[in-house]
Amino acid sequence: MSDPLVSLENLTVQFDSRPAVDRVNLKIHRGDIITIIGPNGAGKTTLIKAVLGIQKVSAGQVSVKKNLVIGYVPQHLTLEATLPLSVKRFMLLSGQSLSECESALARTGVGHLLHASVHHLSGGEKQRLLLARALARKPDLLVLDEPAQGVDINGQASLYDLIRQLRDDLNCGVIMISHDLHLVMAATDKVICLNQHVCCSGYPADISHDPAFIETFGRPVAESLAVYHHHHNHSHDLHGDVVDSESHNAAAGHGGHTECDHAHH
Amino acid sequence: MPIINAILDDFFWRALIGGLGVALVAGPLGCFVVWRRMAYFGDTLAHSALLGIALSFLISVPLNLGVIITCVVLAMALVLLSRTRTLATDTLLGILAHSALAIGLVTLSFMPDVRVDLTGLLFGDLLAMSREDLLWIYGGATLILALLAVLWRGLLMSTIHEELARVEGVAVERLRLVLMLMFSLVIAVAMKIVGVLLITALLIIPAATARRLAHNPEIMVAMAIGFGFVAVSGGLSLSWHLDTPAGPSVVVTAFAVFLLVYGAAGKVRA
Repeated sequence: MSDPLVSLENLTVQFDSRPAVDRVNLKIHRGDIITIIGPNGAGKTTLIKAVLGIQKVSAGQVSVKKNLVIGYVPQHLTLEATLPLSVKRFMLLSGQSLSECESALARTGVGHLLHASVHHLSGGEKQRLLLARALARKPDLLVLDEPAQGVDINGQASLYDLIRQLRDDLNCGVIMISHDLHLVMAATDKVICLNQHVCCSGYPADISHDPAFIETFGRPVAESLAVYHHHHNHSHDLHGDVVDSESHNAAAGHGGHTECDHAHH
Repeated sequence: MPIINAILDDFFWRALIGGLGVALVAGPLGCFVVWRRMAYFGDTLAHSALLGIALSFLISVPLNLGVIITCVVLAMALVLLSRTRTLATDTLLGILAHSALAIGLVTLSFMPDVRVDLTGLLFGDLLAMSREDLLWIYGGATLILALLAVLWRGLLMSTIHEELARVEGVAVERLRLVLMLMFSLVIAVAMKIVGVLLITALLIIPAATARRLAHNPEIMVAMAIGFGFVAVSGGLSLSWHLDTPAGPSVVVTAFAVFLLVYGAAGKVRA
């Protein structure tokens, strides 16, 4: 396999000496689709920001491939009402040519909105516009923060489908945060369950049977997703912190799944 | 050029030429004030200009320079203080705006030898525009417009979405500082025309008027400059013919245009 686009080594980010992200190891390669799931406050957005290079890191390392072009799709595009902006102008601000912008918009299915005002777009159209904006930059890595927010259920499925197609076309890496567990399980190569540290990681089919996953999301959610056995080697206290971590192997780039023992309170 | 000399000898023409120069930069900067919700911030900087004037007398530096330096220092202080987040930003701005104004007034009152026209400083003065001021205005305007032209894409992107801009390699923090610097400069030069208390109005009202008609940021800027020209030339003519104070006359004209445009545009929304 080629060099990773981004690799995180023992990445730790602390806010007021409380870890938001705790010793996370992660490698993203071309062609990967990695989805980060986890409860609120698990540090998902902080982790993404570290990958983007806009988050101050407390410890560990973020190494980025030389000349890496990142296409970022933020969670929202909340435009100030006083700022008039057309789709065309917003796309051109990427610094790409008009024809590049037009084909990117067409690729995400919003080509007809070129002359519309960004203020008048629906939630789903805005997400597709943001995706087109990221696409126009011809990214090596797509980073998406809850790309299907505010999109109806059919739209969500087709959006995840589109992301997968884009990965195939561009041969880029994809890392995203998502809460749409069912859809993620179908559309993702690797899932990382984050709760400050990497709780568990692996193929979608495996991960839903991980005790750590079940603990994090509850049994009904886990059971509605799939069946697999797996042991964890560390335990959590009430805050989700690791109590006795020994050889806590959290590398997500290895493709398979780590066998480990788990003991929960 | 005798004709230019004749024009520049006339105080009304000096004021008008100066005012148009101010409107030229108030347009684009006013748009950023509106887009970034910095109205109160602009007010705070403007109020500190009076303190700048008092300090310039105290240590005898040129007024414009004193005002610019005071504004820059206050802008930096604001950026640093707002990061600590112990006080809400509007509370912080409220404290600093009025304290700066009050300290400026108190300091001036301690200097009985210095004869300043306080009303002129607070509300603008048609008669106060000197040839030297014109140099400051057009020098400042050239600098600001050049900076805006070079930094436009980054400034606009960081206004639309700060994180997205940062990921795309825009130096968001540095641009914020440059923007503050430009505000300080425009406040120092606009003070002569509309006075310390009304500078924000000259920034905001033409930009808000333009918002009603514009579909794109650049068009909004061009329109804001146009409405600024109308406000300045209308207001100064009003001041000249009816002997009204210059600053309020300009703001009243700007407000009238605002009402007219919003009335005419009805419920149409860009």
